[in-house]
Amino acid sequence: MSTAPSLLVEDVAFAYPDGHQALYGVDLRIEPGERVALLGPNGAGKTTLVLHLNGILRPGRGSISVAGMPVTKQNLREIRSRVGIVFQDPDDQLFMPTVGEDVAFGPRNLGLPEAEVTARVAAALEQVGMAGYAERPPHHLSFGQRRRVAVATVLSMHPEILVLDEPSSNLDPAGRRELAEVLESLPVTLLMVTHDLPYAMQLCPRSVVLDAGAVVADAGTRELLADQQLLAAHRLELPYGFDPSRA
Amino acid sequence: MGARHGGALSARYVAGTSPVHRLAPQVKLVAVLGYALVVVATPVHAGWAPWAYAGYLLVVLAAAAVAGVRPGRLAGSLVVETPFVVFALLLPFVTRGPRVEVLGLSLSESGLQTGGALLAKATLSVLAATVLAATTEPRELLRGLERLRLPSALVQILGFMIRYVDVVSGELHRMRVARESRAFDGRRRGALRVVGAAAGALFIRSYERGERVHLAMLSRGYTGRLPRGPVAAVPSRDWLTGLSLPLAAGAVLATGMLLG
Repeated sequence: MSTAPSLLVEDVAFAYPDGHQALYGVDLRIEPGERVALLGPNGAGKTTLVLHLNGILRPGRGSISVAGMPVTKQNLREIRSRVGIVFQDPDDQLFMPTVGEDVAFGPRNLGLPEAEVTARVAAALEQVGMAGYAERPPHHLSFGQRRRVAVATVLSMHPEILVLDEPSSNLDPAGRRELAEVLESLPVTLLMVTHDLPYAMQLCPRSVVLDAGAVVADAGTRELLADQQLLAAHRLELPYGFDPSRA
Repeated sequence: MGARHGGALSARYVAGTSPVHRLAPQVKLVAVLGYALVVVATPVHAGWAPWAYAGYLLVVLAAAAVAGVRPGRLAGSLVVETPFVVFALLLPFVTRGPRVEVLGLSLSESGLQTGGALLAKATLSVLAATVLAATTEPRELLRGLERLRLPSALVQILGFMIRYVDVVSGELHRMRVARESRAFDGRRRGALRVVGAAAGALFIRSYERGERVHLAMLSRGYTGRLPRGPVAAVPSRDWLTGLSLPLAAGAVLATGMLLG
């Protein structure tokens, strides 16, 4: 194993074609095996940053590398297998007719032999507790199950880093807990974009706050959530009655 | 969730293990297409044409019996040809030429023939398509089309339609519930404008979803081609079994042409 960080974002700035500047020089370094929460209010640039990680958007300035490999046009295929993004709406992520075909979509794009694809599909579904659902169409599953299958669709690509966009949104408490158990059991680096501060605290020892296109805080989650002033300054709020020092 | 179990498009599929169910989808597609071509190729004005239609009907009913498709389902599927029926019923009234008296109505002879032929051909083709739909899951049909070398873009579009028809109809349903929850009455004057706006909103939403799906596909290494799973060759015996449908119809047609 190389000792390069799983993810290295250096001074990334980006403006959309309409001139709207979304990122103003973001730096972020995530070591292998870390679980990091990316917090920030709506419009802070979280999703824009996520889309940079696998080269969907290209930075106007700065650079990104994944496990030592720079995100460039030539490396896109390899980068997209290293960065597994799970989008917020599982209906966007699950577009194939059956769960199994969807989980196989990524590995097949990587050109893996069919035996390897089958093995990876089985393993990925097993990891998210959805073994035995391979033949089911996605619309037959509950929302929580679909979210877990969405995680499996990128796990099957054996990513270096798993990036989740609002993983707990729209989940009922049981679905939330089941997903947390799955995520905790995965031996991968994790970057979780969320507004759900208790969820960040439960899963991620470290948190990064992004606001107005720049990193404004990077610290232990518990310590960060105890800083009332910091939270208030960036439109982050703990749910009523939640005390981070006692959780 | 709004989606019914099985989804709107799989509603026509009847699970089973009949020999027809087990045939490869591409075989069934070719068989139904061949059958429809034979039916359509039958000369309209030949005197033996009604006998040929009866023969085709027997052939397709035999296929339905082997597939275990109940007569009720076959009859129900004929609803889709209602527009043809209306057109066919009009023909005897509007066509020129020699006329015959039927129940006191003056009808065109060739119009009767043409209308009858149209009706018979449409009905037979719909019956064959129903047997296909009842024995083949939508995604299997897609696989069949793919194996038959239908352009990949078309297969992908059809695939997305199957995947998202329930998602979009769920959205439509929620929009309707939201409208009606605010005392909207679809029968009032001006309702059409509201429904039109809703259709526009649904289009925009679907368009945006399309963009998000594309993004999710790119993120998993999509390069413009949907990767295929393993392809199993179809044994020639299966082709023979499947093609017995158009071959039997072809035999009926040939008999008619030779004897008629």
